[in-house]
Amino acid sequence: MTTVSMTLNGKKVSANVEDRTLLVHYIREAQNLTGTHVGCDTSQCGACVVHVNGEAVKSCSMLAVQANGADVTTVEGLASGGELHPVQAAFREHHGLQCGFCTPGMIMTAVDMIRRHGANLDEKTIRHELEGNICRCTGYHNIVKAIKAAADQMAAMKTAAE
Amino acid sequence: MYETHYHRAASVADAAAQMEKAEDGKYLSGGQTLIPTMKQRLAAPSDLIDLRHIADMKGISEEGGAVKIGAATSHNAVATSPVVQRLIPGLAALAGGIGDPAVRHMGTIGGSISNNDPAADYPSALIALGATVTTNQRSLSAEDFFTGMFDTALDEGEIVTSVSFPVPEKSAYSKYPNPASRYAMAGVFVAKGKDGAVKVAVTGAGQNGVFRVEEMESALSSNWSSDAVAGISVSADDLLSDIHGSAEYRANLVTVMAKRAVAAA
Ligand SMILES: Cc1cc2nc3c(=O)[nH]c(=O)nc-3n(C[C@H](O)[C@H](O)[C@H](O)COP(=O)(O)OP(=O)(O)OC[C@H]3O[C@@H](n4cnc5c(N)ncnc54)[C@H](O)[C@@H]3O)c2cc1C
Repeated sequence: MTTVSMTLNGKKVSANVEDRTLLVHYIREAQNLTGTHVGCDTSQCGACVVHVNGEAVKSCSMLAVQANGADVTTVEGLASGGELHPVQAAFREHHGLQCGFCTPGMIMTAVDMIRRHGANLDEKTIRHELEGNICRCTGYHNIVKAIKAAADQMAAMKTAAE
Repeated sequence: MYETHYHRAASVADAAAQMEKAEDGKYLSGGQTLIPTMKQRLAAPSDLIDLRHIADMKGISEEGGAVKIGAATSHNAVATSPVVQRLIPGLAALAGGIGDPAVRHMGTIGGSISNNDPAADYPSALIALGATVTTNQRSLSAEDFFTGMFDTALDEGEIVTSVSFPVPEKSAYSKYPNPASRYAMAGVFVAKGKDGAVKVAVTGAGQNGVFRVEEMESALSSNWSSDAVAGISVSADDLLSDIHGSAEYRANLVTVMAKRAVAAA
């Protein structure tokens, strides 16, 4: 057992867990944040994507102890003051989900790709960047649309702020 | 996953010392192969020694006509490095095509080559570019490092610390990814060295891991064009055959990927 501490969605948390505990189980079971999902057993579906020190990673393929001391953000940490993050709002607006199971991972992946590409995100890049996230309902079209809309909106907000 | 004990190494020497003490330890780098393998209970190390926080094993630098990459450097860092993009764009493109963004944020070059998966991308670049692998004990050529499927020349407890790639005149990589995993069904790295020497290395297709195609190398030496390799095919005899594709299918892919890589270089 190891005491694993991290900053989770801006709050300092810690819990005593076995070294073999996956980060996703630490988040869901030790910290009771169940927005992060487990969709497969092969590291391929991306439903468990969270940000560790600002970068998207699959929390099912990382031990909680590997993230000891890190800054971790889950889908619950995106909205601020009751206001949805622009990517969350765009998924709602463009109907980028059906059953919703893959959505937390899609949104965390989308926020990460917008961080890296900014306004340069085009449809081809979005589809390429979604290679690690599997959706069984939507056929991806509305997910791609939502991400493009959010990227454009966030770029416009940034320009307006400057 | 079976029980294990995690240790975060502070330095290369510390990692080696921790390994010495462990009953049945394994080094942990990005964990993008090892953690899934442990989840499937196909590996059960008593101890995990994490190399990812060792500062000496990270980073990319230009050193005397070569690009040196620390073993704990992530695929994403290689893909987006201005040094790699400028000097060996084929290598940056290869790293940017490994798995998906989340895998590239965690996975490392040292972990990839130490694992030597026959479908991994990096081994082809190391062979085609004539890279040198440095460990905590010695330096060896890529040709000597890769010894077969999931097999390397690493001794027990030996740690890859960096990989050094001589800057080529030109190079490129083309792969046909498995649509689900993104691993190579066949990937071909072509390189022309500053000395004019041409190398063609194939990954994803060979039963014994990465291999060179000398017939393509000599054809390209006299005529660097896609047409020069279009008529050359590798024998299907020693190629992988599985649910993803037959040996004959992979043999055909090798020629197609070689043509594309030459055109892109
Ligand atoms: C969904 C998915 C898709 C992927 N797609 C691709 C792909 O398209 N192409 C591709 O090439 N790879 C792919 N990978 C694998 C990925 O590139 C891994 O990062 C890589 O194989 C292993 O690197 P790692 O740093 O994660 O190593 P780890 O998993 O931490 O370690 C792998 C092995 O190497 C040993 N090791 C690690 N570092 C060292 C070192 N410095 N010295 C000695 N031994 C060491 C470990 O003990 C272990 O046995 C994929 C993985 C996933 C999960």
